[in-house]
Amino acid sequence: MTAQTYHSPATREEASALLLANPSARVLAGGTDLIVQMRSGRSAPAAIIDIKRISAMMAVLGNDGRYTIGAAMPCTGLLRDEGLCRDWPGVVEAANLIGSVQVRNRATMGGNLCNASPAADSVPALIAAGASAVIVGPDGSREVPVEQVAVAPGKTSLAAGEFLAELRLPARPVGGGDAYLRSIPRTEMDIAVVGVGVALVLDGSGTCTAARVAIGAVAPTALLVAEAGAVLVGTKLDDAALDAMAAAVRSACRPIDDKRGTAEYRTAMAGVLAKRTALIAASRARGETA
Amino acid sequence: MSTIAVSTTVNGDPAEFLCAPGESLLDALRERLGLTGSKEGCGSGDCGACTVMLDGQMVCSCLVLAAEVQGRRIATIEGVAEGSELHPVQRKFLEHGALQCGFCTPGFIVAAKALLEVNHDPSEEEIRYWLAGNLCRCTGYDKIVRAVADAAAELRQERAPA
Repeated sequence: MTAQTYHSPATREEASALLLANPSARVLAGGTDLIVQMRSGRSAPAAIIDIKRISAMMAVLGNDGRYTIGAAMPCTGLLRDEGLCRDWPGVVEAANLIGSVQVRNRATMGGNLCNASPAADSVPALIAAGASAVIVGPDGSREVPVEQVAVAPGKTSLAAGEFLAELRLPARPVGGGDAYLRSIPRTEMDIAVVGVGVALVLDGSGTCTAARVAIGAVAPTALLVAEAGAVLVGTKLDDAALDAMAAAVRSACRPIDDKRGTAEYRTAMAGVLAKRTALIAASRARGETA
Repeated sequence: MSTIAVSTTVNGDPAEFLCAPGESLLDALRERLGLTGSKEGCGSGDCGACTVMLDGQMVCSCLVLAAEVQGRRIATIEGVAEGSELHPVQRKFLEHGALQCGFCTPGFIVAAKALLEVNHDPSEEEIRYWLAGNLCRCTGYDKIVRAVADAAAELRQERAPA
């Protein structure tokens, strides 16, 4: 593999300066996408910037119920944070559906987001949860909603010298619950044909007061489907409400045909999965399941 | 291209090597340190034949850069047996005939040993999910799963107070 230099900066500023100085440089976190791309020739970076030696890049920090996840935190590392598993189980589960144990011990949600695959499993779950991304660059840092990071397959909105440093999750609302489901033809080690993340809030009477629905693998990027969340609000998630949500999800799908599934199948399945995911999120919101 | 000097620990012993910036840990283990037990099957993280432990976590060494392991701890298949004493997982693979061509076996042994360190009594389902990242094109997996379950049973007996 043909990288010319390898750097492991100790600070965010140093990493940003290295990226700015080397236009073809790539950020290395878990490497499970980057190293495969380098070996296949799809990516030939002049420099590799390994961010794992920067402070807190491989940590989960909790503060008042909110969470800051370092961009290089491996997916399996999320499982070791009890608070995060209790508050955002859908996010943790989505990250731990990816690949094998070997892959998840290295792969990160930060890399999943920045690789910008439309089928990235953790991204719809993060979007549903209302997560934001902290992006560090030459002029300091900025925080953007996760749904604004990927702009097309393999392309992000990050500018020269910028890299993703943190993912931030809000505090789980009282009466809140989240979930993520994906459909794959196998039981393990495959890429999503459809993925759906749902985060919602139920009041004491079981009425939905807020909902976010995000879909993956059915458009060039993961999408937040605002209408799908909106039709759940004010309902008790009865069949009519779930049908309306599924219809909103289907109408937002713009999938491709490929060997894993036809556009028609993906669209139909997106509606089915959205209903199942919403019911799991609701059951968690009511405290019935962990 | 710059050459990088790396100091690390392999199977408990200090190790030093020079590598290229884009070189994989697997290539460094095999070509620089002569540890050819870890195999390259796919080179893309799908087959697990190159599985090693990095700071106590199992990873595909084909998807780690050699330069990344500065100051870290690596354990490979070469360190699984204690001298001429096979690890129970190795012995059970032999007893159950859980290999044919043997190419995937080092990865399976390292992964199975890692499982039994965190789960002393795995169900068949847990064994199969844990080993989903290790491919074997010969055995059909049943004998591997049985060997791992049997090794787990033996290790439980060893751990039990006399």
